[in-house]
Order: sequence, then structure tokens, then C-alpha cells
Amino acid sequence: MQQVRTVLIVDDDHDFRTQQRVMLESLNYKVIEADNSAAAIESLNHNTPDIAIVDLMMEEHDTGFTLCHNLKKRLPEMPIIMVTGVAAETGLAFNVKTREEHRWIKADTLLEKPVRAEQLQQEIKKLLKE
Amino acid sequence: MNKLRVLVIDDEPGMRMGVERTLHGETLNFWETDSLEVEVESAGTGGEGVEKVLNGKPDILFLDYKLPDMNGIEIIERLGERAKDLIIIMITAYASIEVAIEATRKGAYDFLPKPFTPNELRAVTRKAAERILLARKNEQLAHEKKQVRFEFIRVLGHELKAPLGAVEGYLELMKTKTLGDNLDSYMQFIERSSIRLQQMRKLIIDLLDMTRLESGKKSRNLVAVDLRKAAENAIELATPAANSRNISITLEAPTSLSVMADVGEIDMMLNNLISNAVKYNRDEGKVMVRLEQTADKISVQVADTGIGMSVEEQQRLFKEFSRIKNAKTANILGSGLGLSILKRLAELYEGDISVESEPDKGTTFTLTIPDSQVTEVTAT
Repeated sequence: MQQVRTVLIVDDDHDFRTQQRVMLESLNYKVIEADNSAAAIESLNHNTPDIAIVDLMMEEHDTGFTLCHNLKKRLPEMPIIMVTGVAAETGLAFNVKTREEHRWIKADTLLEKPVRAEQLQQEIKKLLKE
Repeated sequence: MNKLRVLVIDDEPGMRMGVERTLHGETLNFWETDSLEVEVESAGTGGEGVEKVLNGKPDILFLDYKLPDMNGIEIIERLGERAKDLIIIMITAYASIEVAIEATRKGAYDFLPKPFTPNELRAVTRKAAERILLARKNEQLAHEKKQVRFEFIRVLGHELKAPLGAVEGYLELMKTKTLGDNLDSYMQFIERSSIRLQQMRKLIIDLLDMTRLESGKKSRNLVAVDLRKAAENAIELATPAANSRNISITLEAPTSLSVMADVGEIDMMLNNLISNAVKYNRDEGKVMVRLEQTADKISVQVADTGIGMSVEEQQRLFKEFSRIKNAKTANILGSGLGLSILKRLAELYEGDISVESEPDKGTTFTLTIPDSQVTEVTAT
């Protein structure tokens, strides 16, 4: 049997976390939740997630960026999916397609909220090379 | 320093030099806050003058009426639309009433009859400059207002999208039957969805209140409002929520205290303050409402024994949508507009709202309204 993979979800929206957790658990992932950056970093002391899903806008507008940086410092190999609901409103259209953006943003993929379940599954499978 | 560009169109070299000598390099000060440095250019014929206006950016045009190639009225006509954002001052020795009327009709702002003294020239320039400065300020204000409005709508869009997204997410999980066929498994989703929708409704209601405040001095109806009675009503409204968490609400107020106000606005203020004090309280906490009249003002004080907030949080408190987000407030519903509505209301009455707070001890909001709004209720 395949080993159970662990997903770290960092989002200050309680409902978004619940929804991702329920969906991922139904697909046999183990889920750890954190509602802010400090809690996310702290969770690494007890767990080694295989992949992280990070919200861009939490305590500050760019919390997600800083957090990605710090997560990659601890776990350079762990892929990160950044999710955001702001791009459409701010006109802040960025993606992580070019190498340069990738290096700067640190996340491996960027998804727009609302994230569709099958889209998220697909990205996780791709990044975990399942 | 900002520039004030002056152009003189006159065929007499002596006149052009006179204006230049008097005004060029002068600094004009206004209201102790603004200064303009005058720059003077000149033209000897109508053709050259028109060219200089169309290619340059003069703010004030001193225009001689009699020029060798055309007269002042013709020049104004040639300038067309551009004449509208210029202040045109006619200078002429032949000023007749007819000319004056026609030039004004075409867009001239003022007249300066020849010959004039340097001080007369300065006075006319100053008057025109003040008008320009005011126009510039108005334009800047309008621009800033537009920016604020844009930012408000942007954040509002985000605040409305978030609950929609949450509800959609839950619906999706139910649609795909992620937790199986038993409806009971989905109760938490339904519960959360309805909470998010409630929150959205609250946001929309607050938004409507706010719009009403902005649009509506017309619909305000100032009457003597019994403040004690209004406070009792607001307390009654908050009581069910308070009872469910064993929070007590007390009122301390003189038997008669009234204020000239709009009933709806007073209710909005009191409801806001008292419901906040319940919402952000601890279970079995206390809310103390105190109304007081002193020599020059009345004050409404609402104190709670709730979660409180840090100094840094207090500073952001009255900004639109700046809800204090932390573990303690995560499960409290709020639109982030309540306190900015309160602040606007206080300003409407030339009053003030202040806050004192200590984390985990409690918060006290004090609303003061100056005495001019206060009327003694006379027994009838």
C-alpha cells in the first residue's frame, strides 16, 4: 500500500481550511492545519509535510510570500501551492511560470480562489509526482 | 515651489518689460500654507501670443485689446477651448463698456485699465492666482476622494467574495457527496454556510447604513431624543445575545437627558456600541452603559469586560474594514464597518469617539456630543 502523504494547509479562513481538509482526507491524505505563519512554522517541529498549501493574504497582504520563503528554508524539497483570492481585484496578475518569478515567489504553483477540488488534486499529484 | 505662469500679449515693448520687471520671480504667499513663484513670458503680436498659449502652459494671460494683427476678442476666439482653463485679464486704454461686456462673455476674467501702477498689477495677479490655487486644490481633493472610493470598493468586493467562496466550497463538497450519503454528516457545513451568509447580510446592512449617512442630510429629522429611553431600547435589543452567554448589562443615567438628534442615528450609535460590548465580551462578563451630562457636553460611555485590544490594534480600529483579526476574534461575526459608521455619526454631531482598552481586561468606548446639541427636557 502507498504511504500516506501529509499536506500542510495555512489559511486564516477557517472554512477554506475545513473544505480543503475534508476533501483531502477523503482522498486519503493526512492534513495539518495552521491559521497563521507562526503556527505553520511551529508545526514543522512535529511534522514533516510532503506538500503545503499557503494562502497569500493573511496577517499582512504579502504574508504568504514571506511564509513560502521560511518554509523553503526549513524544507527546501517541499512543494508549495499558493492560493489567493486577491489577484482579480488588485489586478496583481502574477504567476509562477517563468524561472525568475519562480525563484522570487518561491511557491511552485499559484491557484486562484475559489479553488476547484479536482484542480487542487491534480496540482498535488503533479507536484508529488504521484 | 509651484509655478504661476504669466503670459503678456502687448505690442508696446515698454508695457511687456514693465509687467516682467514687476512680476517675474515674485513669490506669492497664500493662507500661510501655499506659495507660487511667478514666471513671466511675453509676446508682441496676436499671432505669436496665440502660439505661445497653445504650446505653453500659461495660467494667467494679460491681453492687450488693441494689437497690430488682431484684437483681444479675436485672440480669445482663436484660443477656443484652451481659453477656458486660462485666466484672461484684458489690459487696455480703450476699455469701453461694450468691449468689457463682450470680452467677459468670451471668457475674460478681469480688466486692468492702462496706465496701471505696479501695485495694481500685483493686486490683479494675486486675485487671479488665488482663484487658480483654489481650482487646483479642488481638483486634487476630487482626485483623492476618488482614490479613497476606489479602495473602499476594492476591499468591499473582497469582503463580499470571501463568504460567497466559503459557501460555494461547502456546496461543492455536498454536491460531490464527499462525506457519503448521510445528510447528518454535512450539518457542520450547513451551519458554517449559514453563519457566513449571516455575516454577509450584516455587511450589506452596515453598508446601507453607511450610504444613508453619506447621501442623506435631507432625510435627517432632528428632534429632542430621550437618550435614556434610547439606551434602554438598545439594551433590550442586545439582551438575548447577552443572556445566552450570561453577560449582564447595566445602565446608569440621569432620569431625563435629551439631545437634538435624528432618532435613527442615535439608535444606530447605541446599538453599535452596546452590541459590540456584548460580542467582544467574555462569557459571564459585564457591560456598563453610562450616560452623563457635564457643563459643555454629554457623554455615552460603554464599558465591557471582554477581550480588549493592544494599543496598535486601537489605532487601526476606526478604519473601514479593519477588523482586528486574531484568535480571539476569529469566531465573532462583524463587517468591519460598525466603528467607522460610529465615527462618521459622531462627526456628524461635531462630537468625538474615543477608546480605552487593555487586552483581556476590557474596552471602554466614550462618545461625546457637544452641548449645543443638548436640550433639557422640560416637564410638560
